[in-house]
Amino acid sequence: MSEFHMPALGADMQFGTVVEWRVKPGDTVKRGDVVALIETEKGVIEVEIFENGVVESLVVQPGQKVPVGAPLATLSGDGKKVETQAATASVAAPVVTSAEPKDEKSAPEIPVATPVTKEAGARQRVSPLARKRAQELGVDLFGIAGTGVDGSITVTDVERAVEGVKPPPALTTPAPLVTPKSLDLAAMRRVIAAAMARSKREIPHYYLSTTIDMRRSLDWLAAENAKRPVTKRLLYSVLLIRAVGLALRSTPELNGFWIDDGFKAGEGIHVGVAISLRQGGLVNPAIHDVDKKNLDELMESMLDLVNRARTGHLRSSELADGTITLTNLGEQGVESVFGVIYPPQVALVGFGKITERPFAANAMVGVRPMIEATLAADHRVSDGHRGGRFLIAVDRLLQEPEKL
Amino acid sequence: MTEAEIRQTVKEALSNVAPEVDWDAIDPAKDLRDQIDIDSVDFLNFVIGLHKQLNLEIPDSDVAKLVTVNGCVAYLTGKTGGT
Repeated sequence: MSEFHMPALGADMQFGTVVEWRVKPGDTVKRGDVVALIETEKGVIEVEIFENGVVESLVVQPGQKVPVGAPLATLSGDGKKVETQAATASVAAPVVTSAEPKDEKSAPEIPVATPVTKEAGARQRVSPLARKRAQELGVDLFGIAGTGVDGSITVTDVERAVEGVKPPPALTTPAPLVTPKSLDLAAMRRVIAAAMARSKREIPHYYLSTTIDMRRSLDWLAAENAKRPVTKRLLYSVLLIRAVGLALRSTPELNGFWIDDGFKAGEGIHVGVAISLRQGGLVNPAIHDVDKKNLDELMESMLDLVNRARTGHLRSSELADGTITLTNLGEQGVESVFGVIYPPQVALVGFGKITERPFAANAMVGVRPMIEATLAADHRVSDGHRGGRFLIAVDRLLQEPEKL
Repeated sequence: MTEAEIRQTVKEALSNVAPEVDWDAIDPAKDLRDQIDIDSVDFLNFVIGLHKQLNLEIPDSDVAKLVTVNGCVAYLTGKTGGT
């Protein structure tokens, strides 16, 4: 028998509240299955389980706020625990004990009958317009059947729910559920503040910058996109993500974590993408195995990630597994960004705006679209020389976009 | 489709990517990206929204015409053979 604990979804997370269980006692789960919806300071996250097994009991009820590390459920079966590095990292993070008396609530083996009508792993989408309408009408989104694409909740579904028209039974959840608060910005801000303060306190940052000629990449992209229907087009940020992912293969000391006074290399290259939320706030979920995905796959992953980040449907592995973060502020118009490393990562890559600049080559001056690429890195793990090699590798990769 | 219907489609496609936008505050002649906080992902989603709603393929070279509301309406009205 083994226990499934509240994971740390980012070094700064301290508490989580189970909003909804996606499994019940007796269900078989495998690694990567979404087992619960948990509300954190970063919003509501779909939490995946790390191991295979059969759910024995659900220890925590929906609505309970528990600290990181607290047991949430027990599993039996071939409980072969596959520890991810982030899970190990979470143990190192300080766990603040909850003020609530946990004892009676975390008594083991109390089977909680939480009926679930959705399969584990299914998630319900809500269109941004429907979400807004639901907020205006004061309607709880959970329990509304979605009739949109892929069962997503549309504005009509929300309005129908208000009128009391009984929705089709497919996706209703009969058990009383906790309504997650709409994103608590103040809580998110506090968590970001804690992470950033810790970063500056503990990580000796060094900063490097280089200017990259983007003409070849942008020309190649325009030619590619001309051949593609609008739904398959590529954004240039995907070229940046891919170049960063591939460049990290030659400088692995920028890809990983600082844990327990030492560097632990990342097991894969999972690039966190800094995404600003419309309501304010920031999350940096990761795209897994960037070096193994082609541009189409990366584009699909990135779009999906951005859309789910903004509608509050991120998964725990996306928040916990990033081995490096990339921040692309070019669209806001700034030329360069020297960021703050997100602990326990050891590097942050920044990109600014693409601007037309005079460019000298072969004793002639022309104009080229240029971008400033920056690196903020942990001096305990890497030195400027290695950081420099990384940025130059990114530059070289962007000069041969057809190979990305 | 009439121009009014196209304008409504554009408004809805925009609301889907930027639900907080006050439509009345938007200057239809100015670049949308200077007036509301949308990035390239939002803009792509907006164009895809128009494509799906109007069942119209929009070549990449034409996307530059869609950066203002008036530009959108003019382009889409032309493409849908409207008045």
